[in-house]
Amino acid sequence: MTGQAVKPSAPGNNQSLGYRLKRDFYRNKFKYLIILPVLVYLALFCYKPMYGLIIAFKEFRPNLGIAGSPWVGLKQFHNFFNDPYFFRLLRNTFTISFLSIVFCFPAPILLALFINEIRSNTFKKTVQTITYMPYFISMVVACSLIRTYTQQNGIVSQIVMAFGGEATNWLNKSEYFYAIYIISELWQTVGWNSIIYLAALTGIDQEQYEAARIDGASRMQQLWRITLPNLIPTIMILLILRMGSILNVGFEKLILIYNQGIYNVADVISTYVYRRGIIDAAYSYGAAVGLFNSIVNIIFLLVANKLSTRYTESGLF
Amino acid sequence: MKRTKSDYIMDTVITVIMVALCFVTLYPMYYVIVASFSNNQALLATPGVLWYPKGFNFGAYAMAFKHPLLMSGYKNILFVLVVSLPINILLTLFCGYFMASKNLMFKAPIVGLIMFTMFFNGGMIPNYLNVRSLGLYDSLWALILPGALSVYNSVICKTAIEAVPDSLSESAYIDGANDLIILFRIIFPLIVPTTMVLLLYYGIGHWNGWFNASIYLQDNYKLPIQNVLRAVLIANSNILNAAAAENDKMDQFAETIKYAAIVISTVPVLCIYPFVQKYFVKGVMIGAVKG
Repeated sequence: MTGQAVKPSAPGNNQSLGYRLKRDFYRNKFKYLIILPVLVYLALFCYKPMYGLIIAFKEFRPNLGIAGSPWVGLKQFHNFFNDPYFFRLLRNTFTISFLSIVFCFPAPILLALFINEIRSNTFKKTVQTITYMPYFISMVVACSLIRTYTQQNGIVSQIVMAFGGEATNWLNKSEYFYAIYIISELWQTVGWNSIIYLAALTGIDQEQYEAARIDGASRMQQLWRITLPNLIPTIMILLILRMGSILNVGFEKLILIYNQGIYNVADVISTYVYRRGIIDAAYSYGAAVGLFNSIVNIIFLLVANKLSTRYTESGLF
Repeated sequence: MKRTKSDYIMDTVITVIMVALCFVTLYPMYYVIVASFSNNQALLATPGVLWYPKGFNFGAYAMAFKHPLLMSGYKNILFVLVVSLPINILLTLFCGYFMASKNLMFKAPIVGLIMFTMFFNGGMIPNYLNVRSLGLYDSLWALILPGALSVYNSVICKTAIEAVPDSLSESAYIDGANDLIILFRIIFPLIVPTTMVLLLYYGIGHWNGWFNASIYLQDNYKLPIQNVLRAVLIANSNILNAAAAENDKMDQFAETIKYAAIVISTVPVLCIYPFVQKYFVKGVMIGAVKG
């Protein structure tokens, strides 16, 4: 800062370390002071739980504490890989994640392109306001709506009956679960996720469009040749971020809508961690499954980032 | 600019699709409002699409507002908000200011420590055991302290602070201001829009959160509003009836009171919605693209 500009240190930096440390602390004492509460928070609520992860390699007993519980090596992981539900959990997690990427990732891009093409500003604003709104509806309320509407005598049944189908409790049928999950997910997030693309769209140089119009490009051509290519970097970055959380299927929604009858399609790793780890109090086992999940996620993030930097020249790091 | 025939077709198609989308988005919410003003028996007798309340009345709302658990849920979440938000904003500003400052010998390792928590965390079980070991179990502080700071939000804050010209803080520095004065008197007034976005993110997160409360709280009268809703709407638990003094009267409204509860819990969020909407784009942009 200014202090340094007035009194520049010698080019050789020959002052002693002690002197430099003292000067740094004196000059920046308030900066170190304000970061102190942040560090205390991180130590207590981020790093302490990370230390607590060692129970994944132990047989945790609450009365012995984390440090006192006996080591068991990789036993918990071994148990998980031999768990009768292991493949089912992996399959369901990947299926839900894959379906979300296929349907919920492109949808906001499409919506943003549509909104961008609306001519009337009032209509544009209205569409934005309405489509963002479900994002602010809480998960509990959203899931209770899903449950209400898919009941035996709910709206979905009524509509299906109007087309000659049969009423049923849709959430009790494994075969409809993914459709319900994805459609409701779209309702909840498509508007909100389109904001970022809309913002990127406003950043596109308008001269490109003018030049294209002079050359006689139609609106469809402008969309394909100017708008989409300009969106590619944003799309790639968001896709990498999305790939990085491929095993992070949100448990909050699943816990609220699934039931024992559809565990065969709806039970994922994180919900299993919750049921085994918290409900059944198998802490070490739950921690091990959670750790496995995090590690796979980090690998996916690194691989996706690598691929992206190689093929599109836009990456996270 | 002359509009061709294909332009007209495209405009029409877009308008139709967008109107349909708006309808599909709004109807599930509209249904809740209509159902909440309906008569319980009439509502049960007419499954399916509703356009207007069946047997219009405010009975469900009268019941909901008298309900002890819904009211304690409201009170608890207000307590969490009032205590949390100042802590959230203060820590986020501190963290953002530190990450945005230059010429610090220990900046790199400290920022490294902070950023690492974005990519890796202990996970559900170690966090749960940690909260228990800190003695926060069955206390509202379990909803406040573990989420006191979001590193992601402080990256947003840092980006906003970096956009403030250095010369402003430098001249204040020459005039003898210390970092605290610079942060609160010079930087803060200039990043109010970003702070609004952060308040929104934190506030919505607290208001809509339910999972932590469901694993950390035992006492029904400590539950925040979303957990009361969950008990009523999803777990189909009878805590609502059990806690109600007038059991029979509750039964008369069993169905409609659910919708009334949804409306009551969602209205505060939708009320602030128009005021903060203009900040959305800003918040999302600085967070995701530059961050």
